[in-house]
Amino acid sequence: MISDFNQLSGLQLDALREVGNIGAGNAATALAQMINSKIEMTVPRVNILPLGEVPDLAGGADRFVVGVYLGVTGSARASILFVMPVENALHLVDMLMGRNLGVTQTLDEIEVSALQEVGNIIASTYLNALAMFTGLTLIPSVPALGMDMAGAILNAVLAQFGAIGDYVLMLETEFKKEGQDVVGHFFVLPEPGALEMILSALGVNG
Amino acid sequence: MMAQIIQVGMADLKVARAPDKLMSAGLGSCVGVCLYDKTAKLGGLAHVMLPSGLQAKNVENRAKFADTALDMLVDVMEKAGGNRTRFTAKIAGGAQMFRFAGDSDIMRIGERNVQAVEENLRRYGIKLVAKDTGGNFGRTIVFDTETGDLLVKTIGHGERVI
Repeated sequence: MISDFNQLSGLQLDALREVGNIGAGNAATALAQMINSKIEMTVPRVNILPLGEVPDLAGGADRFVVGVYLGVTGSARASILFVMPVENALHLVDMLMGRNLGVTQTLDEIEVSALQEVGNIIASTYLNALAMFTGLTLIPSVPALGMDMAGAILNAVLAQFGAIGDYVLMLETEFKKEGQDVVGHFFVLPEPGALEMILSALGVNG
Repeated sequence: MMAQIIQVGMADLKVARAPDKLMSAGLGSCVGVCLYDKTAKLGGLAHVMLPSGLQAKNVENRAKFADTALDMLVDVMEKAGGNRTRFTAKIAGGAQMFRFAGDSDIMRIGERNVQAVEENLRRYGIKLVAKDTGGNFGRTIVFDTETGDLLVKTIGHGERVI
């Protein structure tokens, strides 16, 4: 099992970036269709970092965010997180529900459900692309939503990785609405065993 | 002398002396364990992620587990001039963050962390003098080594000193 992420070769990291790129590209297209607006995305980064530094990627541990979490099971296990600053999540709800920008001020049942659906669709499109490339079966769980400090949202997700090692490998993509601020950060965290399967399915198992 | 605020990240632990403060931002299912030696005006804070390190492999950082973090914290505080017979404890965190949680173990990790921390405090005979745990919200804590006060800040669930 790959327990030391720093042993990954340049070729392996490139392969991860490439599937991440295609997965996130499909996810961005799906998001764009949902809100009927162009979505830009950054080239995915492959971050290998100590657990304690992960909240910094989401804007800092006490940043007020909305996080949608999905677990991935099947032949390779992973966690998927879509993290948005709260004001952006509220805007996203406005766009999803055809409201004027600024109308949504709180997240009640229907707003929560709308954001979970967004998480569901982006995660599924991402996983579809990854499954097509690797031939692996990847099944997303029902999405869970949390609205609070970024560190707090990440805790329970990272705890699973903390039981295995001190570092996590995260594929990170930023989604932006055309000409505007970031909509959110999309993170995929494969578990170490899953990482090995994905790399081997891509033909770069070292 | 200006008091400094020392940040303690996830899976980390630090010790500080009055007038400095120790801070952990965004505790969710994690538990902030604060030990205080009033006589030495010495405080320690561990940001615990998981209940036990006994089964963990490939893990060098022991500060993230309730059992091993407490061993480390007692040790570094004694090396810094503290005495375990004087230590008292305050803890905060251990929430269940996700509103639409499944029944998987990771969703109940907060509750298990709190239990593990309390068990390990009993193992050392350290008195738990205050706690602010559970719920479904995050906490940022600031531990004042001058007074032993623990400030707990939340988003939408108030602010208190325990």
